[in-house]
Amino acid sequence: MPLSLSVVTAARTIIQRDDVLRLVVPTTEGQITVLPAHAALMSSIGMGEMLAYLPGGEVLPMAVFGGFIQVVHDQVTVLAAAAERAEDINEERAEAARERAARRMAGQHAGPEALNLVRARLSMERALVRLRVRRRRSATGVPSMR
Amino acid sequence: MPGAGAVRAIRDRIRSVQSTAKVTKAMQLVAASKMRRAQDRAIASRPYADRMRAVLAALSGYASGVSDDELHPLLRQRPVKNFAFIHITADRGLAGGLNANMNRAGAGLALEHQPHVERVSVVTVGRKGRDFFRRAGFPSLAEFTEMGDYPGMAQIQPIARIVMDDYMAGTIDQVYIGYQRFVSTAVQRPTLRQLLPVTAPEGAEAPQVDFLFEPSPVQLLEALLPRYIEMQIYEAILDAAASEQSARMVAMQAATDAANDMVGALTLIYNKARQELITNELLDIVGGTAALEA
Repeated sequence: MPLSLSVVTAARTIIQRDDVLRLVVPTTEGQITVLPAHAALMSSIGMGEMLAYLPGGEVLPMAVFGGFIQVVHDQVTVLAAAAERAEDINEERAEAARERAARRMAGQHAGPEALNLVRARLSMERALVRLRVRRRRSATGVPSMR
Repeated sequence: MPGAGAVRAIRDRIRSVQSTAKVTKAMQLVAASKMRRAQDRAIASRPYADRMRAVLAALSGYASGVSDDELHPLLRQRPVKNFAFIHITADRGLAGGLNANMNRAGAGLALEHQPHVERVSVVTVGRKGRDFFRRAGFPSLAEFTEMGDYPGMAQIQPIARIVMDDYMAGTIDQVYIGYQRFVSTAVQRPTLRQLLPVTAPEGAEAPQVDFLFEPSPVQLLEALLPRYIEMQIYEAILDAAASEQSARMVAMQAATDAANDMVGALTLIYNKARQELITNELLDIVGGTAALEA
């Protein structure tokens, strides 16, 4: 029996489907793969790419930015601080954010600007996740779920 | 006997009431469209809230065996010397009894706790509640206004930050949250509930499933509890926003209906007065002609 997956954020439900064969999740403890009949699990999620493998070789890539995952009896719940489906990611905007972050990181190093450096690193990381997820979709040619 | 002046006065009054009705009708329509979106947002946030409660319930089952000292500070009960509450109202009025009812409920909560604690302070969200508690002279921890019609999580985080920081620092010992819960378009209910210390949601007794925790339950709880507080405030504020637009729509509909009734009643009086005036004028003319012929 496939997994039933819900990815929810405070604002809305991102994904809700019952035909997931395999789910790859970036937990804070490392990347894990959830298969049907997985042991009951609770874990925290980091920032990264989440992949839902569907029947027929389809892959549904998502970007997640922190949160929690619970697996019980093949029910997978992802409580995401933020999550985006690949087709909802704006590649130009992510690319612009990456360049902006790169400029900021090159420009400042220490002192009172150290906080800005941390921020720039975070926004760089977010941009890279978005770009990876977005490009995976174009590379594999996954049809839109809409 | 009405003169021409009185008849004109009634006509002016009708026009004025008609223009009031136009304004209230417009406000009613605006509120109706905002209400729909605010309700949709409140509903869209529910799966997250429900599932987070389930996760916390499962997690706190594991924390229940531990002694008080090991318990996460946000879960630990302590004697209440400083009581605080988050009070959510609208920035604007013209929403029937919505804000007044909320203020009454908030004042009730404050007065109920006051005899038992050293200090009662308030965090207000919305101008109506802020002004109310300022006048009442309650100490305020923070004031938030201009949350907009559709507040987002990013706006909620500073509110959560303040109560959690003060709670962890020990300057407040218990926190409640009060808001107008959205029951239906016609019904909004002032609702008060405890936010801190966190009380485990329903179903938090003995764990039924043997979970693997990565990292440990304590660390997961530490990460989850702040998100849980934020979620509860977010939920309350979305509900309050849906309540505000609903109450305003209903209030403006009542105002429009009342104005239209008044126009009807005034039109009747106006027609009667005008008729009388014409009759009198005719009588004068008839009387005058009769006098000439005599």
